[in-house]
Amino acid sequence: MTEQMHEIELRVNGVLRTATVPSRRLLSDCLRHDLGLTGTHVGCEHGVCGACTVQIDGRPMRSCLMFAVSARGHEITTVEGLADPDGSMHAVQQAFRECHGLQCGFCTPGFLTVIAAYLRDHPDPTEAEAREAIGGNLCRCTGYQNIVKAVLRAARILNEGTDAPVAEEAPR
Amino acid sequence: MTITEAPPAARKKAAPEPPAPRAVGSPLPRKEDLRLVMGEGRFLDDLGRDAYEAAFIRSPHARARVLAIDIGPALGVEGLIAVYTYQDLPGRLAEPLPMLIPHPGLTHGRTGYPLAKEYVNHVGEAVVMVVARDRYAAEDACEKITVEYEPLPPVVGIENAFRADELVHPDVPGNVAGHVVQETGDARAAVAAAPYSLELHLDIERSACMPMEGRGVFARWDVADGSLRIYSSTQTSSGVRAAVAAKLELPLLKVECVTPDVGGGFGVKIVHPWPEEVLVPWVARLLDHEVKWTEDRREHFISSAHERGQLQTVRVGFDGRGRILGLDVDILHDNGAYTQYGLIVPLITSTQLLGPYKPGAYRVEFRSLYTNTVMVTPYRGAGRPQGVYAMERTMDSIADHLGLDRADVREANLIRPEEMPYDHGLLFQDGRPLVYDSGDFPASLDKIKKLVGWDEFAAYREQARAEGRRVGIGLAAYVEGTGVGPYEGGHVQIETSGKVYVATGLTSQGQGHETVFAQVVADELGVAVEDVTVTTGDTRRMGYAVGTFASRAAVMSGNAIALAARGVRDKALRIAGEALGVAPRKLEIVQGVVRSRDDPAVSIPLGTVAVLSNPLRYAFDEASKAATQFGGTPDHSRPPVAEGDEPGLEAREFFSPPRATYANGVHAVIVETDPETAEITVLRYCVVHDCGHLLNPMIVEGQVHGGVAQAVGGALYERMHYDESGQLLNASFMDFLMPYASETPVVEIDHLETASPMNPLGIKGAGEAGVIPGTAAFASAIEDAEGFPITKMPIQPCELFRLRQRFEAGEIPPLRRRAGAPNNVDEELCQP
Ligand code: FES
Ligand code: FES
Repeated sequence: MTEQMHEIELRVNGVLRTATVPSRRLLSDCLRHDLGLTGTHVGCEHGVCGACTVQIDGRPMRSCLMFAVSARGHEITTVEGLADPDGSMHAVQQAFRECHGLQCGFCTPGFLTVIAAYLRDHPDPTEAEAREAIGGNLCRCTGYQNIVKAVLRAARILNEGTDAPVAEEAPR
Repeated sequence: MTITEAPPAARKKAAPEPPAPRAVGSPLPRKEDLRLVMGEGRFLDDLGRDAYEAAFIRSPHARARVLAIDIGPALGVEGLIAVYTYQDLPGRLAEPLPMLIPHPGLTHGRTGYPLAKEYVNHVGEAVVMVVARDRYAAEDACEKITVEYEPLPPVVGIENAFRADELVHPDVPGNVAGHVVQETGDARAAVAAAPYSLELHLDIERSACMPMEGRGVFARWDVADGSLRIYSSTQTSSGVRAAVAAKLELPLLKVECVTPDVGGGFGVKIVHPWPEEVLVPWVARLLDHEVKWTEDRREHFISSAHERGQLQTVRVGFDGRGRILGLDVDILHDNGAYTQYGLIVPLITSTQLLGPYKPGAYRVEFRSLYTNTVMVTPYRGAGRPQGVYAMERTMDSIADHLGLDRADVREANLIRPEEMPYDHGLLFQDGRPLVYDSGDFPASLDKIKKLVGWDEFAAYREQARAEGRRVGIGLAAYVEGTGVGPYEGGHVQIETSGKVYVATGLTSQGQGHETVFAQVVADELGVAVEDVTVTTGDTRRMGYAVGTFASRAAVMSGNAIALAARGVRDKALRIAGEALGVAPRKLEIVQGVVRSRDDPAVSIPLGTVAVLSNPLRYAFDEASKAATQFGGTPDHSRPPVAEGDEPGLEAREFFSPPRATYANGVHAVIVETDPETAEITVLRYCVVHDCGHLLNPMIVEGQVHGGVAQAVGGALYERMHYDESGQLLNASFMDFLMPYASETPVVEIDHLETASPMNPLGIKGAGEAGVIPGTAAFASAIEDAEGFPITKMPIQPCELFRLRQRFEAGEIPPLRRRAGAPNNVDEELCQP
């Protein structure tokens, strides 16, 4: 049995890309293996961990739960597309580094894409809101404490461009 | 004399610059983050874009005989390359996988085959390997292949294994893989003679490491060179290399193993070689094509490894102040279907159970039992959470029995700082004496009491109760043997650019080794952290290595690298001294420049020293001219490379301590349990942690945070839910409940830094500590909130709810302190 292949055009990180894929090709596999954008990671392939999150038209979506063919005509942003075109880090990326928001870095692209989208709509979250915002992503390394801190730090960088560090989170 | 690049500056005395701030001890941001946050990390599945991919047919039965395999229907699958079963395995590949850690007590060790030979012993065991153009095609082929099994009755659960009505391996009587007894003094007599005694029956269930990235291996065979390169998501590249070379009967020098970025390990990736780790390289050679296998999440649940499951019986005798006089512990340990990693987990449980305490006479006996489940190998903490659970449950029971404060009972049993080094008279997991090198346990206990507000809590609990709320506090202490041997190595090289390249053989899975080792080298050499590049887990750079486990990386590799850096420094000062005409002891290195202590203007950059260290015939750039035979001002009375010397500004050293170094700490947790729903909420989580000097406090705290999150998971949510037929019912992230941010508490940390006398940097390991006392602390706190004993962990709301019902039905006795029992202690005995 020969699978039917589809020529698809995808707009990824502002660039028009083409791929030839069968209908069942997951978007995550297409990004990683057909387009070579391996920054998007796959931690569970069943939609629970969030490591594969990319932005589709600005909204975070799990690329392991989506077929590549259904991404046609949409604007896709992966972790590789978060930084400025000149290569300088997005505020969230900078904040993750400053706050030690990552250890192994495997879950990180999923968090970064989620948080970058979240902060666009919620520029000034409280600690509790920051925690809530990352509530759909799993990280096995960090215990989330520094990720929460990084969300607040990124918000501050985006709002004020200030370098003042973020205070320790109070116990809930 | 001309020194290349040396400033021709006027030789007037410059004012000495202030010394560069020390890199060690400061919370520097991590070097590895620069690639990881940009999506530029390279994890295993990011490699080998054109590789063939493997998929496996795994046993659906917990115990069965393989009768027949029909691959015929798969042959038409588009993209199929090859199918392999046990019958195809040649030579040593057809033998069982190696027994990694032999032990005299492991009398009936068993390991599996790369592909099942005749029997399968757990759901998930690999039976058929399929290689195809990509994973989709490989899985298509798997679906078409039929394997016929004769199911056999499985052994599931520790009680069933111990009862041994059925045997996992027919030639292993009683399902007992190993049996070990250690004793100091006559513990049973001491318990019998003690004024008070108690017996506890404790239960702790399985969890698993669950790194976000599963296992994976990618192999390339170079047919012209006859050599193999393996990439593996492993915690030991040197181990994988040696094991694969042996299995494939290749010279070690023709095999290299490179560990790319690894998405977490937590212990499971120290096991090697996995079946896939020998099969993928074998097939790559056979097909002369790159081959890759990336584990999926379900495979990780059913075919990697789990940990924790034990049943414990504790008999303890004590005096009226709660001091333990005799401790007699019996452990039944579930090792799953195989013992590839030996008895390490129960050996650690049985020794580290003692924590910071003096047990009086101690006897521990464990049996490691086979079940038809995934094998058990170390998961962060590696047997310690279970040991601490046994000991701390015991402490709480003693306190309750005597009506004493739980912290006071612990205090009464602590080893005092002046008793260090403290010899327990037992053998530790590394086969060496269990001797604590350092620590101030009373200070640790004191700090946690202050941090959590121990003494004020009783009033808070009463107040909460008056408001209809249930709150409880718990605490648990641990001692962790870290930095076990045998050794690690460090290689430090300064290139002519002045940049420093460092290698160590053990691997990294998120601990920030590239940063902390660069911090160590920066201070030792007097160079900027930015100029130091660290490589880990690459056998091309460091062939001799052990691996990353037992919180050993900073201790072992950190010290080896420090020693190597000192070697390079000595050499640099010697060469610079000759060039500058200054005695080496009068030189210092600041910001990558060797200079006279008396006159900083007399100086030479390290890069130039590197040029001079390597006498050349051929110049390759301006700088290197000085080292050629007609360049510079050679001393014609000596050979270009002195006897006993070597060219190059580099050094390699190994660090091999006689024993482990012991970190310690205490955790305290405050929980609230919902009176209606039995939901358990963490109000506060406090940690006091002593791992000696902190190389990078930010990274150490990150390790603690992550460990605590795993402790919360292990105490309140995570378990491997096997049914009686050996099916793992919750083999997905939907059903195996790992904490999200919403379940993970903010961790409050206080550090204590008692330097280790066991190594030059004075450090102890920090990787595992965060997880170790969590289950014990939670049991203590929930018990405190509820007023009846907690003896089975983890505990979910439904279980707590059922316990309440049984408690109300009178099936569970109340805690004495809750039943209003009078102080159980003879007043006299209580007098200090
Ligand atoms: S890989 Fe998509 S959610 Fe886990
Ligand atoms: S940093 Fe490792 S899983 Fe999040």
